[in-house]
Amino acid sequence: MSEFTIPQPTRPWDRKRSEVVRSGVSLAIVGLLSFAIVLFTGFSGVDGWALCILLLCVAVLIYRGRKLSKKERGNATVQLVITAAAILAFAPWLSIFGSVLVKGIVGLKVNFVTSDMRTTVPDDDLSMGGALHAILGSLLMVLMATIITLPLGILSGVYLTEIKGRFTFLVRFVIQSMSGVPSIVAGLFVFTTYVSATHGPTALGGSLALGILMLPTVARTAEEVLKLVPDDLRSASLALGARQWRTTLMVVLPTVRSGLITAGILGVARVIGETAPLLLTAGSSTAFWFNPVKGPIASLPIYVFGMLQIGTEYAVNRAWTGALVLMLAVFALFFTARKLGGKDKR
Amino acid sequence: MNIVAPVKREMHVVHSRGDKVFRGIVTAGALTSLVILGLIGSFLFARGAQVFSQYGLKFITGTNWSSSLDEGIPSEFGMGPMLVGTIIVSAIALLFAVPMSIAGALYIEFYATGRLRKILSGLLDLAAAIPSLIFGLWGIQVFTNFGQNWAEFLANRLGWFPLFNTISDNYGRSPFVAGCVLASMVVPITTSVAREVYSRTPRELIDTCYALGGSKWGAIKTVVLPFGKSGVVGGAMLGLGRALGETVAVYLVLNLNFRYTFRILESEGGNVASLIATRFGESSSEELTALVAAGFVLFLLTLTVNMIASAIVTRTTRK
Amino acid sequence: MSNTSSVLDMPEQAFAGLETRDAHAWFGKHHALAGVSLRFPAKSVTGLIGPSGCGKSTYLRLLNRMHEFIPNSAMAGEVLLHGDDIYGESVDPAAIRLKVGMVFQKPNPFPAMTIRENVISGLKLAHIKIDNEQDLVEKCLSRAGLWKEVKDRLDASGGSLSGGQQQRLCIARSLAVEPEVLLMDEPCSALDPGSTLRIEETIKELAEKITVVIVTHNMQQASRVSDYCAFFLSDGGPGVLVEADQTRKMFTNPTDTRTADYVQGKFG
Repeated sequence: MSEFTIPQPTRPWDRKRSEVVRSGVSLAIVGLLSFAIVLFTGFSGVDGWALCILLLCVAVLIYRGRKLSKKERGNATVQLVITAAAILAFAPWLSIFGSVLVKGIVGLKVNFVTSDMRTTVPDDDLSMGGALHAILGSLLMVLMATIITLPLGILSGVYLTEIKGRFTFLVRFVIQSMSGVPSIVAGLFVFTTYVSATHGPTALGGSLALGILMLPTVARTAEEVLKLVPDDLRSASLALGARQWRTTLMVVLPTVRSGLITAGILGVARVIGETAPLLLTAGSSTAFWFNPVKGPIASLPIYVFGMLQIGTEYAVNRAWTGALVLMLAVFALFFTARKLGGKDKR
Repeated sequence: MNIVAPVKREMHVVHSRGDKVFRGIVTAGALTSLVILGLIGSFLFARGAQVFSQYGLKFITGTNWSSSLDEGIPSEFGMGPMLVGTIIVSAIALLFAVPMSIAGALYIEFYATGRLRKILSGLLDLAAAIPSLIFGLWGIQVFTNFGQNWAEFLANRLGWFPLFNTISDNYGRSPFVAGCVLASMVVPITTSVAREVYSRTPRELIDTCYALGGSKWGAIKTVVLPFGKSGVVGGAMLGLGRALGETVAVYLVLNLNFRYTFRILESEGGNVASLIATRFGESSSEELTALVAAGFVLFLLTLTVNMIASAIVTRTTRK
Repeated sequence: MSNTSSVLDMPEQAFAGLETRDAHAWFGKHHALAGVSLRFPAKSVTGLIGPSGCGKSTYLRLLNRMHEFIPNSAMAGEVLLHGDDIYGESVDPAAIRLKVGMVFQKPNPFPAMTIRENVISGLKLAHIKIDNEQDLVEKCLSRAGLWKEVKDRLDASGGSLSGGQQQRLCIARSLAVEPEVLLMDEPCSALDPGSTLRIEETIKELAEKITVVIVTHNMQQASRVSDYCAFFLSDGGPGVLVEADQTRKMFTNPTDTRTADYVQGKFG
């Protein structure tokens, strides 16, 4: 082979620098003009800004589109529309993350996670009282719900992937439909069957309702995870003479252990913020005591909900802080699930 | 010479006793979800049966919900305005959510590149995990300020349109605002499904569009949108199921009022789930039965929507 | 290095106007194709042959700017169409793809469209006005050798056809925008032998009017359909063009021993 010099790789299809500069200049002009408009006309607020910028972008598009062909103009228009709509779709979430963080951090003091509301009224200073009882209550109920649901969810997953019996289609369909049961209906069901028949709202009642809502998530994730187990592994075990139950228990399930934990975590993340069913089944309290079958129990979502209902300044502050803790918990669960979920695949 | 056809020997898997027990346990476990779903339906129906037999179809169509503790005045339970209100709020939510979800999914899948794409899809997953309580909190404390301005703008400029008609100038806790909050809650669900379906568009079909001299929009219009159509419909139905059954987010934002209203910009509306949550704490046993019956109606409604949705989604994502 | 043989050196064939000069291609860090210089003869079939992984498909996609859709891809060198670099500053890639069409490996008619709509879809995509739709559909389907079979069911779905028919529909679809050059990326590899023969006949007929470049890893196919052949090879590094010549000469009396070994089936 003859020697040759290898040229530098290029990407001639990338946007040219001149184009990038031109777009940047256009955007800057749009920004400045919007500033002027917001300053001197009736437009105001975030939405006023957004509208200004959008209208000016349309103007720029029309100006720069003169020279383009019909096809290119259509393409550019659609790109603007899709981008604008996508920003509109993502904006609420950013606003939520931002406002929960900003408003929640005000009340996030040590006492928020170390004391309860036994001797504090919601209007007291934020350095008094906290949501310890609510956090513990949520933990207790979620833990009990997990204990009830995780085995059932895993069994469903095993049924769908290992046994593949006569009811496979039915089970899958029911699990899918069940994930759409409104949370208040789950609460109502537990209320009519359990709570009203016993002594009113309890932690067990709450966790039963949460369990119903958790089950579809756990079952579906467990199925997805078990599907990843290669069939070779099962065949290899069966070929060694192992029974199916031993194969499942000794080979299949251990391979996806962290995936099954992920299923549980995702289930917890799904229900930890549920409010409506707990209103009906668990009630609320100002302190925590450990008796799952007697007396109402506080939970973080109900704490937020209750504080918001009171509506005074400090109470609303407490609500935001509760929401912040709740959101951090959900995200922490979520990231843990992701970390673990990636593990089995490798 | 005669060729004797060989006798077919049946083959079947023989399960050991251990396996039989194992299979029994697993099957029983898997069937609990079916049992639970059945129990929910039958218990709610049984508890609400009295109301259904007493009021018949009037329970659905009736316009009055009054619980009377006085023996002389009879109570009356008709969930019509709440049912209509639920549908109105959900319809508003979908009206906003579906186009936004399609745009969001297309943006992530075809316009965003590199790091932005990763960030946005992570954001999408996180948004789907936000509890509805937080949407409600944000809705009433943050979004309402914007929403009521928009509602006021619509009422002033487009008030001639029957739905935008208003008689008071109170725009805050209106079906419109609640619908917007629900929309932002539904968007993550619908967007995830739409994105999933769009990403399954065969790469070769998209390449073909480009090879024929098409633009990006040409490829999306010709191939991606038709390919993802039924998946998006399924995703929208899933979102609808979520919107119909949502409690706290609507409860916190909407000003619940027991009256038929089609003035969506004005500060009153209805929602079945919120009705249950509101009346539950202080209800007599008679009203409680009516609330359970209302819950059963809501259960049937969402179950139907969700079954259709999951049938569509399963069919389109399996291919 | 631009000392690779150029196909145009055959005196009896005109130049198609499409050529590459020292073309390179990368996927991320992976250098897939190096220093290919080639001029394509007009109104003939040029086969790109070589073992898999030798860069022939990459080279093909470089010719109508389809390479750039692969994330992190890069290129170097020049691809000239009538003397203009198609990777130049102000070139509209869509316009290039209209002149240099492409048919893919698997038959892929647009599933939501009828046969008729499939044929005219390219014009719609490129916003080209259609004067006489019926004539155009008939002309394209005839050139693709499909007209007789489908003329009574133009409004049936494209997916209702057999695999071979679908591929001919895809050819008709590409012809509708009247390309000068048609690139084909192993167009028969997903088809049965009977359909393959029909497509090969179609390709030969097409070459009476336009220039066809076809990637194939099937030696017999290359010898059946192509007038010229270009042999690509990779020795673990980037793929290079080993030899390009008239197909007859390549198969009987190649210059390079590696070409000889390959066409005789000693490897690949």
